[in-house]
Amino acid sequence: MQFTESNVDLIHFLVLGAIIFSIGLYGVFSNRKNIIIVFISIELMLLAININLVSFSVFLKDLTGQIFTMFILVIAVAEVAVGLAILVAYYRAKGDIDINKMNQMQG
Amino acid sequence: MIAKVIVFLPLLSFIIVGLLKRNFVRSAGIIASSLITISAVLSCFVFYKVIFNASIEEHIVFSWLSAEGLSVNWSIYIDSITAVMLVVISVISALVHVYSIGYMEYDHNLPKFMSLISLFTFFMLVLVISNNILQLFFGWEGVGLSSYLLTGYWYKKASAYKAAIKTFLINRVADVCFAIGIFTIYFTFDSLVFTEIFKNTAAHANDSISILGINMRSIDFICFMLFIGCMGKSAQIFFHTWLSDSTEGPAPVQALIHSATMVTAGVFLVVRCSPLFEYSEVALEFITIIGAVTCLFAATIALVQNDIKRVIAYSTCSQFGYMFFACGVSAYDAAMFHLMTHAFFKALLFLGAGNIVHAMMGERDIRKMGGMYEKTPLTCFMMTIGFLALSGIFPFAGYFSMNAIIKAAYAKNTAIGEYAYSLGVVTVCCTSFYSFRLLILTFYGSSRYPASLSKNINEAPLVMLAPVSILAFVTLFLGIIGQYLFNILDSGEAFWGNAIYVAATNNLADKVSNLSWLVKLSSSISAVIGIIIAYIFYVYRTNVPAILKNKFQFLYAVLLNRYYFDEIYEFIFVMPLKRGAEYLTKLTEAQMIDAEGVNKFAIYPKKCSEHISRFQSGLIYNYVLVMVIGIILIASWYFIAYFL
Repeated sequence: MQFTESNVDLIHFLVLGAIIFSIGLYGVFSNRKNIIIVFISIELMLLAININLVSFSVFLKDLTGQIFTMFILVIAVAEVAVGLAILVAYYRAKGDIDINKMNQMQG
Repeated sequence: MIAKVIVFLPLLSFIIVGLLKRNFVRSAGIIASSLITISAVLSCFVFYKVIFNASIEEHIVFSWLSAEGLSVNWSIYIDSITAVMLVVISVISALVHVYSIGYMEYDHNLPKFMSLISLFTFFMLVLVISNNILQLFFGWEGVGLSSYLLTGYWYKKASAYKAAIKTFLINRVADVCFAIGIFTIYFTFDSLVFTEIFKNTAAHANDSISILGINMRSIDFICFMLFIGCMGKSAQIFFHTWLSDSTEGPAPVQALIHSATMVTAGVFLVVRCSPLFEYSEVALEFITIIGAVTCLFAATIALVQNDIKRVIAYSTCSQFGYMFFACGVSAYDAAMFHLMTHAFFKALLFLGAGNIVHAMMGERDIRKMGGMYEKTPLTCFMMTIGFLALSGIFPFAGYFSMNAIIKAAYAKNTAIGEYAYSLGVVTVCCTSFYSFRLLILTFYGSSRYPASLSKNINEAPLVMLAPVSILAFVTLFLGIIGQYLFNILDSGEAFWGNAIYVAATNNLADKVSNLSWLVKLSSSISAVIGIIIAYIFYVYRTNVPAILKNKFQFLYAVLLNRYYFDEIYEFIFVMPLKRGAEYLTKLTEAQMIDAEGVNKFAIYPKKCSEHISRFQSGLIYNYVLVMVIGIILIASWYFIAYFL
């Protein structure tokens, strides 16, 4: 892929990544109700980072970044599977997945 | 070699049986009993050798400690006194071991119990077989320790562990004096070995020593201190309170404590140190008075007690009073003779009482017995023999030894001797009275136990009856044989040899043979009177005791409460200590250490952590926020650092 004459520059990709990352971040700590949305937000943050990696890989002409992205995707999927499994178990034990009630660690 | 085996078999038994697992009840019983029985047979052999060869055996086993000028060895020293003690201790201990197999049948901790009584025997053997006073002291303390462990054997029962602690503490008080006595002996004689001490006694007879600014003869001081130690071990008046409380342990333990081991140690020490005591007229008089007073004092308490074991326990106290005043009037041989006969019939009585308590499911109150004759005829028969011996009725063992003591006290022909004689004769009357009161109330008359219990009361099994029968058999004949063997007071030197030293002025042999028949018979007459009174009170006119009780209420209360000795000690020693300790606890522990010290320091960390713990809200979004803020801060730090 070559973007030599394109008016889409590296900075545009980075800004897109930063925006998506910020949306994810905001989703994590502004959400006070649903833990599934927290999950989705975390995934969003991971994807934003992937965009960064891929775009750097392209502009630096180094494939390592893109291979790394594949790893991150796989790990993210595994992580989601584990997280959802924990949630299901948690729901079975407590009958509720409201974040506000997950405060047993309170000191 | 044989002597070493005698001493170390009980120790071996202690180690082997002590290492057994909890439930190895049968093997524990068999191992311990057979080891101690071997030891008993060997000591009979040693006794035989000592009688016919009149030899003194002395070995050093190995060196214990040696410091500048002081060297003490673990030793074996067997003369006639030790030989007698060896037989008494090991034979009775063997019988008690066998008896325990039956008595403690349902106790899963039997290995522990067996190993402890073996240890008890070992310490007592170490005590009697020593040739120096330090090894004797080791045995002395060991015996105290084992009696503590055994009295508190049923430690889950509050009364048992309290009794155990009492036993231990009272003995410690007396032992302090004993230790001071040992120090003074070393200070005066420069040696702790008996033979060397006794060799030099005459040379140091008039040495004086200054105690707290008071000058006195060192021999007097030594004898007083040693005797106070003996008072503790042999439960003489003022130190007697532990002996009756020791009945809280299992019956075989009392049979040991009250007959062969523990209490005999005091009399043994006085007899062993006769060459010292003979040089101290004052100490001998003191011993006579204490012995005579204890003798009557304990017997009067026993008159009204209702606990079968307590009556027998007080009789022990009283009988040891006899032995001590015999020592006081220089009749050491009579004291040893009585020690021997008493050991056998007292073991018989306690084991018999154990049979009854076992049959009655732990009931010890004689008011709730009666008519046990039909249920336990054999035990009844043996107990009767035991009590006849205790009362001093011809031809049972007690008659000869007790009579010898009483005759000796009269023959002493001093004011104190006569005082001891009169108290002794009155005591014989009391003794036979309470013996027969107990016999009649327990075995004869109509039964007073609940009918529901009646079916369960059975004669003890063979393993318990056999030791009791052997003891009864010995009690029947020991007096006659002993009289012949020891030649009490007549030409005692033949048997006792150099083991007992009696100063020429104190020798009673001639005087005793010239006594009138009235004196010789006085103890028997007194005993018969006691039996007749008991018969009148409890068979012929059964309302007499109640009438007397109402008429002399105060006296009855005093006797029943054992002269309030326990209460007085509680008030003088225990209460102030408790109060003081409670006050100090409040002052130092609660106020100084807790309130002002440790807790004050602890408050600040506690407050800090209370503040910090508010960060731990437990809410995920809070944590995320903090993390993000952290990341931003770190990122901005690098950012700023880059531009600066």
